[in-house]
Amino acid sequence: MNPGRWLTLCLVVACVIAIISACLIGSTPLPVDRVVAAFFGSAEAGDQLVVWSIRFPRALAAFLVGAALGLSGAALQGLLRNPLAEPGVLGVSATASLAATFSLYYGLVSISAWILPLSAISGALVATGLLAIAAIRTRSVVTLILIGVGLSSFAGALMSLLMNFAPNPFSLSEMVNWTLGSVANRSFDEIILALPFLIAGAGILIATRRGLSALTLGEEAASGVGLNLRNQRIFTVLGAGLATGASVALAGAIGFVGIVAPHLIRPFVRHDPARSLIPSALLAGFILVIADSGVRIIPTNNELKLGIIAALIGAPIFVWIAMQRRAVHD
Amino acid sequence: MFGLRCKGALFMTDLIATNLRLKVKDTLLVDRASFRLAPGELIALLGPNGAGKTSLIRGTLGLEKPTSGTATLDGIDIHKLDPIIRARKVAYLPQIRPLAWPNTVLDVVALGRYSHGTTLGRIKGSDAEAVDRAITACDLTHLAHRSADTLSGGELARMHCARAFATEAPLLIADEPTAALDPRHQLRILDLISAFVVRGGGALVVLHDIQLAARYASRLLWMNDARIVADGSPSETLTSDRLESVYGIRANVQGLRLDILEPV
Repeated sequence: MNPGRWLTLCLVVACVIAIISACLIGSTPLPVDRVVAAFFGSAEAGDQLVVWSIRFPRALAAFLVGAALGLSGAALQGLLRNPLAEPGVLGVSATASLAATFSLYYGLVSISAWILPLSAISGALVATGLLAIAAIRTRSVVTLILIGVGLSSFAGALMSLLMNFAPNPFSLSEMVNWTLGSVANRSFDEIILALPFLIAGAGILIATRRGLSALTLGEEAASGVGLNLRNQRIFTVLGAGLATGASVALAGAIGFVGIVAPHLIRPFVRHDPARSLIPSALLAGFILVIADSGVRIIPTNNELKLGIIAALIGAPIFVWIAMQRRAVHD
Repeated sequence: MFGLRCKGALFMTDLIATNLRLKVKDTLLVDRASFRLAPGELIALLGPNGAGKTSLIRGTLGLEKPTSGTATLDGIDIHKLDPIIRARKVAYLPQIRPLAWPNTVLDVVALGRYSHGTTLGRIKGSDAEAVDRAITACDLTHLAHRSADTLSGGELARMHCARAFATEAPLLIADEPTAALDPRHQLRILDLISAFVVRGGGALVVLHDIQLAARYASRLLWMNDARIVADGSPSETLTSDRLESVYGIRANVQGLRLDILEPV
């Protein structure tokens, strides 16, 4: 078995252990045997409820959100040939959460529960589409990141505008929660609404990942070796938009995990963007499950939001990666 | 030393540009250019900066849509051809750009097999053999597992050549493969390309060193102001009048030797 397969296998095991562990901890700690029994439906009703309605959906949501962001981050980095590309940094998450908040605020969600994921995904696709157009026009990586920062700020400003006009403190706090990012109180209902889009996005990214290897050579040489550049751009943007939009619909905006995970994975897959996709998704899922368990354990008056922890850890790592980059790549 | 094989060498692949014209906004980049590239030839494409050499290559490869005229590969319009099929028949070496990631030399060379469906990390069978042959031919065996960002300019140029050879396409188009190389490495790269031609390949190479072009090429394609102004053997087309009209330099030409004197 090659090192890549080993890595993937180890990460799968780590994710399963992390998700089961997340079911053990909480206000009433459950021992392992009772959690395992609850998974197989042979535990008492109270344990079943705690595991199946509260802890497992929450851990699963954290995993899915992390996996979607890790996968999108790795794919966007491959497409844009830049380790700093990520849905959060490029403003994709902010635009998606703006669209989601908008649909919540104007009560569009009451028409159908599907409106929420659909608007988050539309927001994400608009942002990734704009970025892809910008990426074609400018060859400078710095310019592209700046465009992402601009997009992020603009979405943030519109978000503030919505908050400014919030009719009552209750909706204001709901909006704030959305921008902070959290998987608290997520149920299978919400997961099921986001899952089809997440699977579709992940499927597109994984199916078209080989082209990302070719892009290592630069766009001109990649076209030379037979890559259909236009299709590659469309598929990666579409896949990352769907996956990120689905993650925002589930948890709001959670940043930086899409940068950190691929960065850690890359040396293990010989810096091949295609091979980094699946391990990055697993590692990012693992990181969020662990971070969310941490959020639940840390004794604070108001529960810490997952997105804040992710940013507290991720932002310094982002700066560190940026400082390590050599000027020659720009 | 050279064990490379060229699939399709028996069946003559050819790339033909006919009256190719490329216009971006109001600037004419290529004007009614026609030429043919087939196995057995090493064509040097010459011309001053901005003459339209790269545009001609891109138009001929179907990477840029021509305003008028056609480019055909084995008689099929290159714009209607699947990029994968085109890539298997013509290897393209654009001007060298830095790699996005610190990949190993082996993986970069293996990307030359992209059109054959190779996946990095699982390079097997005929793909592995082709990659091996290209690495050996370009004298990269001892560097195969090195990270490409640690290579010198000459080693990088050889790695990109190996990447193009690994495709084992009958035709090769290289845009300034010797740019920024010292004289020894320039000769090494051209030796590799002429060995490819001897094995039955056909190559079109953009060069700025006229002396080098005259020494290696079987045909010179002279370009100036978006047009092909001459197409023929070095002995026919290398004249001091041509150097003056194309490059704006005065030079003494004796046979295939030239002595550049001054700009006009």
